[in-house]
Amino acid sequence: MYRYDQFDHDFVNARVAQFREQVGRRLAGELTEDQFRPLRLQNGLYLQLHAYMLRVAVPYGTLSPAQMRMLAHIARKYDRGYGHFTTRQNIQYHWPALGDVPDILADLATVEMHAIQTSGNCVRNVTADHFAGAAADEILDPRPYAEILRQWSSLHPEFVHLPRKFKIAVTGAERDRAAVQVHDIGVHAKRGPDGEVGFAVYVGGGLGRTPMIAHKIRDYLPEEDLLSYMEAILRVYNLEGRRDNKFKARIKILVHEAGADAIRDKVEAEFERIRHSALFLPEDEVRRIEAYFALPELPNRSPVSPSLDRARAADAALDAWVRQNTVPHKVTGHVLATISLKPIGGTPGDATAEQMEVVADLAERYSAGEVRVSHEQNLVLPHVALDDLADIHAILQANDLATSNAGLVSDIICCPGLDYCSLANARSIPVAQKIAERFADLDRQRTIGELKIKISGCINACGHHHVGHIGILGVEKKGEEFYQVTLGGSGDEHTAIGEIIGRGFAADELIDAVETIIETYLVHRTDPGETFLAAYRRLGQAPFKEALYATA
Amino acid sequence: MFKAATEGQKKIVTVNRLIDGRVMFLGPGNRWVMHVTEAAVLDDGAELEAAMAFGRAEIAARQVTELYPIDVEVTPEGPVPVRLRERIRAEGPTVAYGEAERAPLTAGSR
Ligand code: SF4
Repeated sequence: MYRYDQFDHDFVNARVAQFREQVGRRLAGELTEDQFRPLRLQNGLYLQLHAYMLRVAVPYGTLSPAQMRMLAHIARKYDRGYGHFTTRQNIQYHWPALGDVPDILADLATVEMHAIQTSGNCVRNVTADHFAGAAADEILDPRPYAEILRQWSSLHPEFVHLPRKFKIAVTGAERDRAAVQVHDIGVHAKRGPDGEVGFAVYVGGGLGRTPMIAHKIRDYLPEEDLLSYMEAILRVYNLEGRRDNKFKARIKILVHEAGADAIRDKVEAEFERIRHSALFLPEDEVRRIEAYFALPELPNRSPVSPSLDRARAADAALDAWVRQNTVPHKVTGHVLATISLKPIGGTPGDATAEQMEVVADLAERYSAGEVRVSHEQNLVLPHVALDDLADIHAILQANDLATSNAGLVSDIICCPGLDYCSLANARSIPVAQKIAERFADLDRQRTIGELKIKISGCINACGHHHVGHIGILGVEKKGEEFYQVTLGGSGDEHTAIGEIIGRGFAADELIDAVETIIETYLVHRTDPGETFLAAYRRLGQAPFKEALYATA
Repeated sequence: MFKAATEGQKKIVTVNRLIDGRVMFLGPGNRWVMHVTEAAVLDDGAELEAAMAFGRAEIAARQVTELYPIDVEVTPEGPVPVRLRERIRAEGPTVAYGEAERAPLTAGSR
């Protein structure tokens, strides 16, 4: 894992001291709320529906056991014993007191964490494939580049007041698990013909009020030019992005209005101008950063584990979990294991302090000291031996962390919605809970197969509903909660924005509607191998519309 | 923030406490109360204006922030906000969280 150097330590500690002083001045009445708001937002502190909310960055979703334990400590000491993992691989605390936040940030700094740039019109936490550096299908680990981008974008003086927030995602596999095409910039690391590293660069994707799929403006950018090219994009955006209208200020609108070709030309021109500047990325510097992310030394193991096979034969729950929640690893005899934060009836993404500590212990004992946070609001143990899976599963089971639903209908992405968020129109957590309860039977979930439901409580789309196979958006209609349903979205290498299926549903109709959609799929699929998404793409809206509305 | 203000509707006044962000309401005798049912019900007019003036003074005295009035229905149990958003803000999340959330999950899965 990346370790702070002296510069990083000094920088974060200075920031904590600065914010401590700002909080002191606010509490002493020297700063009004209007003066203080931008300062607290720069440190990830919001005022939400019930209390303050602190958003802590988990760069590219990678955590050490010590960091995870610190997150648990903060939940217990300063909050209400839990935290909420978000769709941007961050963690949010819903109940911190303003007076405690400087202490929280000081505690975080001791484990090389912070809340800087988790809010505001700046480059936000850089996200990455949660299976990075471990998945068998990966071409190369994107995290060294995410770290390089993090360092470049942290308090970059030119880019701390962008027209709007700016999100970058990086992947290094053909199978896109980081949703790069719905980010302001998506970086797809790959290898050229001679094995050298380069990037495809996507620009102008995003969700929210105006969902857009990014345009690829570079098919192959040499490694050494990464920062120059990013800087060129940010410069074009900073100069030309709209500042007159908050709803038109994201780069996706600029790309849409000017056209991808025009933006590419401007970016390329600026890039040519600056590519031989200080932003040139020296090979040895990349290799130095890369060394922090080296694959841990995992002993060679047999591709089959007789002990695991015996345990699976004797324990259906273990068998289901291994089948559903593990994926192949680069190193034979190992897997990546997804720890579902989606228990049936629970709040997607929430974990208690105790659960975080359990996961930290598991990472230390069984996963080379690494945990990942996925944008799907689960945790991942990235380096697990097959021989250890039964022990891990038993510990997870004892701590309500063993739900075998990764990628299934109850593995729902869901924003906090009106239960916590002051911008919300409708609740989203109870919707997720009711859908999961309706489909609680795991056999039924497995029969349905891969199905991604994503729920947002308002048009800001923190729950990524546009790219849900089934997307649900909460709106307010005549003072009541009301839900719009989209079908056919996806946030992978074949990104698509879901289409609204028809008139929306009241809260008490919604779960039946979701069930009708799923039953319609089951009736029409050619065979169990045809996923919901594939079937929808083949069938179009007609049979679903018919089933939902014809009888009404 | 004043979009909840409908003419003629009974009002209460709400803030967040500065130090910890907790939601409070203005109770009788210009005291902040933690529960909505204890809030002072105000006529939309001079009464509301006086309460808002007190709230602004409290902001200046750096006790509170985010001052605004809420429409309420008056019930035998006390005032109940008209909008769902304000009801949830007053009562807290409608879903269990933390250890309280885990308890039934654990019971159900064993
Ligand atoms: S989508 Fe809307 S309701 Fe949900 S967290 Fe984002 S802003 Fe809040």
